Amino acid sequence: MASHNLDQAMVGGVSLDVTTGLRQVGRRPVLEQQSTGGTLNSSHLSATCKTPSKASQSSAAVMTSAYKTPSAKTPKSAGKRKTPSKGVKTPGAGDRFIPSRVGTQMEAAHYKLCTQTTPSAEVWAMLSPSQQQYRQVMCENLNGEALANKIISFNQKPPPAPEGYQNNLKVLYSSSKQCSSQKKKVRYIPQVPERILDAPDILDDYYLSLISWSAQNILAVALGSSVYLWNASTGDITLLMEIDNSSTDYISCLNWTGDGHHLAIGLSSGSVELWHPVEQKKLRTMSGHPARVGSLSWNSHILSSGCRTGAIHHHDVRVAQHQVGAVLGHSQEVCGLQWSPSGNFLASGGNDNLLNIWRCDPGSNLTGSNSLYSFNQHQAAVKALAWCPWQQNVLASGGGTADRHIRFWNCNNGASLSAVDTRSQVCALLWSPEYREIISGHGFTQNQLTIWKYPAMSKVAELTGHTARVLHLCLSPDGSTVVSAGADETLRLWKCFAVDEETKKMKERASQKDDRSALRLHVR
Amino acid sequence: MATSTSNVITLTGSTNLVAEFFHYGLNSILYQRGLYPPESFIHTQQWGLTMLVTCNKELQRFFDEIISQVKTWLMDMSIEKLVVVIKEVATNTVVERWQFDIDSDKSVTKDTKREVSNKQIQDDIRSVIRQITASVTFLPLLDKPCCFDVLVYTDKGLEVPTTWGETGPHFIYNPEEVRLKSFTTSIHKVSAAVAFKKSD
Repeated sequence: MASHNLDQAMVGGVSLDVTTGLRQVGRRPVLEQQSTGGTLNSSHLSATCKTPSKASQSSAAVMTSAYKTPSAKTPKSAGKRKTPSKGVKTPGAGDRFIPSRVGTQMEAAHYKLCTQTTPSAEVWAMLSPSQQQYRQVMCENLNGEALANKIISFNQKPPPAPEGYQNNLKVLYSSSKQCSSQKKKVRYIPQVPERILDAPDILDDYYLSLISWSAQNILAVALGSSVYLWNASTGDITLLMEIDNSSTDYISCLNWTGDGHHLAIGLSSGSVELWHPVEQKKLRTMSGHPARVGSLSWNSHILSSGCRTGAIHHHDVRVAQHQVGAVLGHSQEVCGLQWSPSGNFLASGGNDNLLNIWRCDPGSNLTGSNSLYSFNQHQAAVKALAWCPWQQNVLASGGGTADRHIRFWNCNNGASLSAVDTRSQVCALLWSPEYREIISGHGFTQNQLTIWKYPAMSKVAELTGHTARVLHLCLSPDGSTVVSAGADETLRLWKCFAVDEETKKMKERASQKDDRSALRLHVR
Repeated sequence: MATSTSNVITLTGSTNLVAEFFHYGLNSILYQRGLYPPESFIHTQQWGLTMLVTCNKELQRFFDEIISQVKTWLMDMSIEKLVVVIKEVATNTVVERWQFDIDSDKSVTKDTKREVSNKQIQDDIRSVIRQITASVTFLPLLDKPCCFDVLVYTDKGLEVPTTWGETGPHFIYNPEEVRLKSFTTSIHKVSAAVAFKKSD
């Protein structure tokens, strides 16, 4: 649009309008055919008088007056009207109303509309307060609240919370939850094992770890020189492997990878083997230790092995040169070894009564002989180790016959949180995330399993049945069943953490709802 | 009635008071909602309350910048709202929104002096801070890592400083809102509200 030309034309137009408007006094009858033309012209009108609101009001007034008094020719109303009456050109009066747009300067009107959306300060000042208010209200109504304010924020963003920091207000919430008027449910814990399996020739050796339950629901048991797999879903038993020179060698420890697809087996000869359970095939043998390997723990692709010599080796199972690190923190056999769920800490317990915490930041090398913390509070070998699943830095450790204590540690600051005397050797520890409890396996005198409420450490239940000490404990992948291997050559399955179906369903429903709403959010 | 505690307040005084309130209020929110580790906060006494203020140097600097800028806006009364949004770091969804509406008396000039009860103002501020502290009892737990941001609603005509940028309102999808108490210095009236995600 040739707006610069138009601008000039408009100036001319305005003056013309004024004169025609003046000249038109008394020529009212035309209006009757022009009423809609008048509204159409309102944009044009606004152009001339620069106050759209007032203009429309006045034009409306004119229209109504025109309707009410078709033949009224009061000069007053005509004078108020500043409509350009190009309508003169409309064809003569008729009984039908035909709007005429001949007189509407569409282009000019459009131009004026575009250029005059916001009134200049002087125009604004000329308006009466009520008009100003009217305009403001109109503007707000049309544009919504969006234009009322500017929303700004500081470009520089606040520093993030330190790496790995977790909101620990959960304590507050969980404790308040318990105080609610909801009836506290009492859980039934069966006092007898759900199942008893025979485990002939299982070694009665405190320093080994001979059972492991995988995420695929397969329980691996080392019986002397052979490894058996018991499929907990079907009940099938398969023999995975048997050592050739079974007269002298035996299996000293077992550990599944997190996904349950591979099994690491430690031998009394000092080598560590990696097995594929489905194909029943040995994938590789990793040697390096001069004596038996009593403990194994996985941290994604790093397998850590603790040896009778007190050394801990880290193997990267993906590479040919598997030994990527070695640390020496114990003077005697390493019998407990456990990576924290986050993979930041490695806890190792030895026959030298020491409990060492090793820090492993992602990307750092695994060598060096300085442990992060070394706790010497235990009075006997530390075999039972378990990391709290819901408090990432809390470790539970249990001591042997001379010690009989379960101790809790905060590995972020090295503080001893609490200790409880169990009056019996602690052979194994497991946490139950479902009920916030910890279960311990004991030896003489009762050979029982004890369930403790954490952190109160009040006894929830004692499960007796084993006739010799409980050597090893494992939790099923669904978290409901505990298997205990006793020196009485039995494996007993205890369904002590059975999940309440109703609460589980409710939780599932809640999580599904969350998923759906998240999806909806995305779709939007 | 309380002539002994009555005082005269000016625009500068009111601005300082409100800015101080924001300083402690924002710190309280960060502490109470567990956005930063509790050990990075230290105890201070103010208005007869023990409050926790961050001792993280970077965070202090961030607050100093914001508060000093907010002060100038309080002085020329161009600020209308101050909003603290708490977002989940991973998904960037807003989970909580603390809104402080500021109603300024625009007829006040630099030389205006108003009779006010100092005690009344302090009591009101105290009760707002106490409400922020108490809000943890009904606000949902922020169990995923969160960060926060401060938004300021200003007059449309305000010239945005170069260190600030325009942004959106950061509303919460499906929110529940709880209005908190308000206080007024007779020049600025600050009313607080917190909106959070409905948990169902």
